[in-house]
Amino acid sequence: MEVSWLWGLFGGLIIGTAASILLLGNGRIMGASGILGGLLDGTARRGWAEAVAFVAALIAVPALFHYLGTARVETHATASPVLLIAGGLAVGLGTRLANGCTSGHGVCGISRLSIRGIIATLIYIGAGVATVAGLRALMGGL
Amino acid sequence: MRLFIAIVAGGLFGLGLHLSGMTDTNRVQGFLDIFGAWDPTLAFVMGGAIVPMAVAWRLTLGRKPLAGSMFPPRPSTEITRRLVIGSVLFGIGWGLVGLCPGPAMASLGYGGIPGVVFLVAMMVGMAAAPRVSQILDRRTASA
Repeated sequence: MEVSWLWGLFGGLIIGTAASILLLGNGRIMGASGILGGLLDGTARRGWAEAVAFVAALIAVPALFHYLGTARVETHATASPVLLIAGGLAVGLGTRLANGCTSGHGVCGISRLSIRGIIATLIYIGAGVATVAGLRALMGGL
Repeated sequence: MRLFIAIVAGGLFGLGLHLSGMTDTNRVQGFLDIFGAWDPTLAFVMGGAIVPMAVAWRLTLGRKPLAGSMFPPRPSTEITRRLVIGSVLFGIGWGLVGLCPGPAMASLGYGGIPGVVFLVAMMVGMAAAPRVSQILDRRTASA
């Protein structure tokens, strides 16, 4: 557990490399919400095949590592349907309204010093901190 | 070529999210839990991801994408209502469950029923966004 930050840094570098490949190769910003959302509301248009390929690989590779490799991860997600549905709706709606999430505004936006990316990241981290504090107060833990 | 690049990028993105622990909601909620046992891992993930990306943005100057016609335009600097309201909503949902869009997809293969329920709800929210956005714009116009 003490080395979790090291894995975080290593995984982060891989994520940044992935975003760099998509930018320098296809000229696209690697935003998870933009790529999935574009498929859902039709704004992906001619890029839909690439978006499907991206999402398929994004789902398949971690599953392969989980089941075939030694790197097993448990998500520890809540079993509460109310939290899952409310959280999912808020994340889906919010990221599309804001035009970006942790990957788009966070990684891709901050790295080009986009003021919108920086402001969005500060707001969603702030709202997340307040929400977790609220959950803790209401439920006495997570 | 573009398809191949998309597959490589998607696969590496998933691998990075998986290895960094970002598909574990305890780690993400632990990062947001600054009043409890704070887990700084997410900050290292984001910092680690920003470094290669900052280099990549520099490399875009005066060039064209390998398999594309142009790079994304310069980012807008306008702080809109949509950006603020959307980011607040996103942060609330992120705090409630500990998943954001990337990890929600990356963990789909092993996240069981909760992962599927979250992803479906998230896609419903995404599909509803253009409607909600229109309503917000109308309010702004009449205000």
